[in-house]
Amino acid sequence: MLLGAYRVIEIADEKGALAGKIFADLGADVIKVEPPRGDPARRRPPLTAARDGTPISLFWLALNVNKRGITLAWETPTGRELLLRLIERVDFVIESLPPGTLQRSGLGWETLHRVNPRLILISITPFGQEGPYRDFLGSDLEVMALSGTLSLAGEEDGEPMRVSVPQAFFWAGVEAVMGGLTALAFRAVSGRGQHVDVSAQVAAMAPLAMAPAHWDLNRVNPLRAGIFVTGRSVTGAKMRALWRCRDGWINFIIYGGAAGRHTNQQLVAWMRERGMAPSWLTEIDWSRFEVTQLTQEEVDRLEAPIAEFFLTITKQEFLQEAIRRQMLGYPVSTVADIASDPQLEARGFWQEVRDPTTGRSLRYPGGFAVINGERLPLRRPAPRCGEHNAEVFAEIGVSEADLQYLAALGIV
Amino acid sequence: METGRRDALEGVKVVEFGGYAAGPFIGKYLANFGATVVHVESKERPDGFRLQYPPFKDDRIGINRSGCFTIHNDSKYGITLNLKHPEGKRLAYRLVQWADIVIENMRPGVMARLGLDFQTLCRVNPRLVMLSTSNMGQTGPWALHPGFGSQLSSYSGFTNLVGEPDGPPQLIYGPYVDYVAVGFGGVAVLAALDYSRRTGQAVYIDLSQYEAGVHFISPALLDYEVSGRIAHREGNRDPVAVPHGCFPCRDGQWCAISCWDDQEWERLAHAVGHPEWCEDPRFRTAPERKRHEAELHRRLAEWTKEREARDVMWHLQRHGVHAACVNTMKDLFSDPQLLFRRVWQEHEHPEMGRVCYRMVSYQLSETPGFIRRGAPCLGQDTRTVFIEMLGLSEREFEDLQEKGVFE
Repeated sequence: MLLGAYRVIEIADEKGALAGKIFADLGADVIKVEPPRGDPARRRPPLTAARDGTPISLFWLALNVNKRGITLAWETPTGRELLLRLIERVDFVIESLPPGTLQRSGLGWETLHRVNPRLILISITPFGQEGPYRDFLGSDLEVMALSGTLSLAGEEDGEPMRVSVPQAFFWAGVEAVMGGLTALAFRAVSGRGQHVDVSAQVAAMAPLAMAPAHWDLNRVNPLRAGIFVTGRSVTGAKMRALWRCRDGWINFIIYGGAAGRHTNQQLVAWMRERGMAPSWLTEIDWSRFEVTQLTQEEVDRLEAPIAEFFLTITKQEFLQEAIRRQMLGYPVSTVADIASDPQLEARGFWQEVRDPTTGRSLRYPGGFAVINGERLPLRRPAPRCGEHNAEVFAEIGVSEADLQYLAALGIV
Repeated sequence: METGRRDALEGVKVVEFGGYAAGPFIGKYLANFGATVVHVESKERPDGFRLQYPPFKDDRIGINRSGCFTIHNDSKYGITLNLKHPEGKRLAYRLVQWADIVIENMRPGVMARLGLDFQTLCRVNPRLVMLSTSNMGQTGPWALHPGFGSQLSSYSGFTNLVGEPDGPPQLIYGPYVDYVAVGFGGVAVLAALDYSRRTGQAVYIDLSQYEAGVHFISPALLDYEVSGRIAHREGNRDPVAVPHGCFPCRDGQWCAISCWDDQEWERLAHAVGHPEWCEDPRFRTAPERKRHEAELHRRLAEWTKEREARDVMWHLQRHGVHAACVNTMKDLFSDPQLLFRRVWQEHEHPEMGRVCYRMVSYQLSETPGFIRRGAPCLGQDTRTVFIEMLGLSEREFEDLQEKGVFE
């Protein structure tokens, strides 16, 4: 495993869960530190019933596989000492507390760096460790708002829309690991760890793609346009991207370029086979077709017969033909479509693990990549609350008797 | 131990084959922290971003006027090399020998046809880290299907999860899923670089952009697995927070507001000058607020529409309530937090004038990253890379140039 040589402590709620999971998926020994009553994210919807009937978060189960879990009241003096002993022997700490929290508990970067000069501390917050928004409260919605992402989705003139599965701290989580591993590359040469300051606001700007460049270069301010794409043609014409079909929606765009021309040609051929291509459409010379100069009138004319055609086919039919004809475009999938997708099946994407919390065998998305021919494995289910207290604390020399005493004090 | 180094990835050498976002954007993240990144194009087949999509500076299409290209390729060196020419291939192998990391996002099979597949390349460089990132991955029945991220975002499940529950799905701007894969790809090459440095072994990473995207909706997939529930778009509603949404403001802007518990709700009611809302039986408990969410939103909108979005944000945040104005692209360039973090960094471009580049989301305390240089014009650094970095003589270079190797 690529990161099998490293240990990670994750003192994080839902904001840091993906970062810890990525380290764990790559083979690092990730120990999640929860408060004695458990991470509040254990109650974050969607929920299901655990074996004892209490609700347990599927978000939590999905994001904490491959980790070990301990409980520790690290804000108490004893808890703080134990945490420092753990931190002495790890390579990374991931934390997602409000800026200044660690400092106030006597666990600021200077202290941690002194205790373990090789330590890399990764701090994930909505807006960063410093600056005017440092103390702002930010959940997914606020982070997506300030990142600009929200402004680009939703109906024209309607409310800006987020993705219903929160994304902001996924963006931050992935980039946090990139930051941590960048610091690791430096440590390999210098021997010194660093503090990595991650802003979820900036991380969530990655998918803005070319939108900010429209403003920067030409003072055009792109906005949401519902089911249409804008900014493809210099005339400002908008093009349809989402089309109704018999049983749902299809994502199809009239593109230029080699792949786009081939797609248009194939679609017209397919429509002709079904007797649904008007003759003027079949006469277009696609080999010279470009969209960068198309006017709205031209776009509307092209799209009308296509819209009618798509109403007669299903998502599956579209997918099969798109694959067979090498056309661009995909159906708009639901989670049910994804769960039965043959491509994922063929690549061994899904991995089954027996989950002790629910007492069920569950099929999870497997590791995010195939490395040297092998899918990154799912090695263990998400830990129950405090599941690994005994083994982890034994590793730093806490005896079983001491552990029982700490439990009685409410520290573990 | 060496000291005095200022760049985390100093000495790390990266070669990119491919174009658009999913491959090349990874190199940008590495280059911002000091890696030497060489973006390979050819004059016959330049990066597709150079000509296929606006924006172009002043709306004038030109090979060196593309905003799409520049924002994905800052801090890199740009070369042209004809990979179909035997001498061009020989130089490609020299580049790979020189490099620590190769990143490619061609259609599966193309690298093999060019003689640049992992099997061949790791004979050239036995410690090589190579990432292939493609739509569907290198294997499986649909591996060869061509596609763009803007559409794959629908196949990965995102589109269906945006919009009002009773309305159509909504498009996400740009190739959303490509950027998810950029994150996972960046992680993978950095982890593999560390591994290869420690063990001397080559690493090949097969990344499917589709699978990467699916990871970003994993809670909904597990929900389907456990309960059979098919997640559907829920507008801006949240299963816990109430209110939770965007509210129209006087200046035509929107402000996002969310409230996560009873205490925050009380703070909100006081902040908007309506402490009596806390006594209203419809709003006293969270389940009641959830039941009357529409009414609550209506009342809150009455208050926000008299105020400017930025004032709403600061006022509510000072009262300990989650709030944030919805930045448009224009607003991002004057957002005080982004300015504080020096997220936007300008560089002069020979044909486009000043271009703003976006710094990545993470900063390192001892070796901060920054935008090194603007994006290269087509073939701008061919001479520098082959002569200064790979050690070709002037004479050799010119001979090859005459043979059309750098076309």
